[in-house]
Amino acid sequence: MMKGGKQQLVVSAIENGTVIDHVPAKSLFKVIQILGLDHIDNQITFGTNLESKKLGQKAIIKISGRFFEDNDINRIALVAPEAKLNIIKDYAVVEKRVVRVPDHITAIAKCMNPKCITNLENVTTRFLVISKKNIALKCRYCEKITSEENLKII
Amino acid sequence: MKNRSLVSIDDFSKEEILRILDLAGKFEIQPVGKLLEGKVIATLFFEPSTRTRLSFESAINRLGGKIVGFADSSISSVTKGETLFDTIKMVDSYADLIVIRHPFEGSARYASEIATVPVVNAGDGANQHPTQTLLDLYSVRKTQGSLDNLNIFMVGDLKYGRTVHSLLMAMAHWNTTFNFISPEELRLPDEFKLHLDSAGLKYYEHLDFSDIISRADIIYMTRVQKERFSDPIEYEKVKNVYVLRNSMLHNTKPNLRILHPLPRVNEIHPDVDNNPKAYYFQQALNGVFTRQAILCTLLDLNF
Repeated sequence: MMKGGKQQLVVSAIENGTVIDHVPAKSLFKVIQILGLDHIDNQITFGTNLESKKLGQKAIIKISGRFFEDNDINRIALVAPEAKLNIIKDYAVVEKRVVRVPDHITAIAKCMNPKCITNLENVTTRFLVISKKNIALKCRYCEKITSEENLKII
Repeated sequence: MKNRSLVSIDDFSKEEILRILDLAGKFEIQPVGKLLEGKVIATLFFEPSTRTRLSFESAINRLGGKIVGFADSSISSVTKGETLFDTIKMVDSYADLIVIRHPFEGSARYASEIATVPVVNAGDGANQHPTQTLLDLYSVRKTQGSLDNLNIFMVGDLKYGRTVHSLLMAMAHWNTTFNFISPEELRLPDEFKLHLDSAGLKYYEHLDFSDIISRADIIYMTRVQKERFSDPIEYEKVKNVYVLRNSMLHNTKPNLRILHPLPRVNEIHPDVDNNPKAYYFQQALNGVFTRQAILCTLLDLNF
């Protein structure tokens, strides 16, 4: 499939839905997991280890017939802060959106404190985002801070 | 304050803290009042803490309340593998307020989300112990007349000591000057210094305090535990630097008082005990008045 003679489309275009672009290649499967894409019936295509000037290697996800609320999509900010969304209707991009780090993070990140109740009983993690630039999360429960270098996605 | 819990000292504003201290003052003057008559308070001690438990139970008894609970999780259903969620769900229907002490950090916040009744954190691991902080504040105010413009010396383990962390966060509401005296390995974590910076408060760090002790209004002593040191030789080098002796108190301010969350091991020499500036045993008694005030505040009971 050729477009404009030079550019080659690696994954096919969608009629209606969402394209999530500029996902770091290493975060692709985390994004899929966070958005629950592995549990939906929509047609999904993705490409990874694609060339990107900005990210080195990027991934792209195309989800047919699915649109996201800001609250949902911001959940991927921890693993794909540069991600951009193209909202597609009738094969055309009708809206572009960027991801923003939310003020609160629920059920995505793991608290780095091994003595925290969230690591010892079946408790959903909840954090207050105290820094968005260099991500720093304050656990709602043990009140310890998990910084970007210690961040693990559940 | 309906169904309000006390989990972290940050849960209460400066004004709310002062209201609790005022109420504690009333209980000190008039200790007996049956405000908790007909109420059942659960005291759930998942790890033993005799001092804190007796203080709470004394406060509840003096107010005429009834107590259900356990003093050690080895005799409760926890040994059968019950989750904290299930324990709190069950107790929630038996009691009007839950006092919880649990070794897991964040357990009290979690309990407060499960329970429909107020929850009081009586210590969650190394995290928070807010009733200790309120009784410390009560002791400081009672001995100094006010919480404003004091010079507080905090001595010992400033890295892991939760009582130190909570007290300094609370004292940051007032114009406090802090002197932090600790071995290099047990210095105050940066997050607390950042908090004081943003509050615009002065603080100084020292390795020793014998030469500056004359400036102190309050000396808050804590234990320096051997197991906190990665190198036992480092412990041996510093262990005597952080011991308070009566001979050090000669040229101190007349209003100076010495506080300690107790239990002490050897960081305050027994020869200090008879000095009128030693306040740690009265401090423990203040815990009963403060806890009476906390219980009544959370249950919205006035007198």
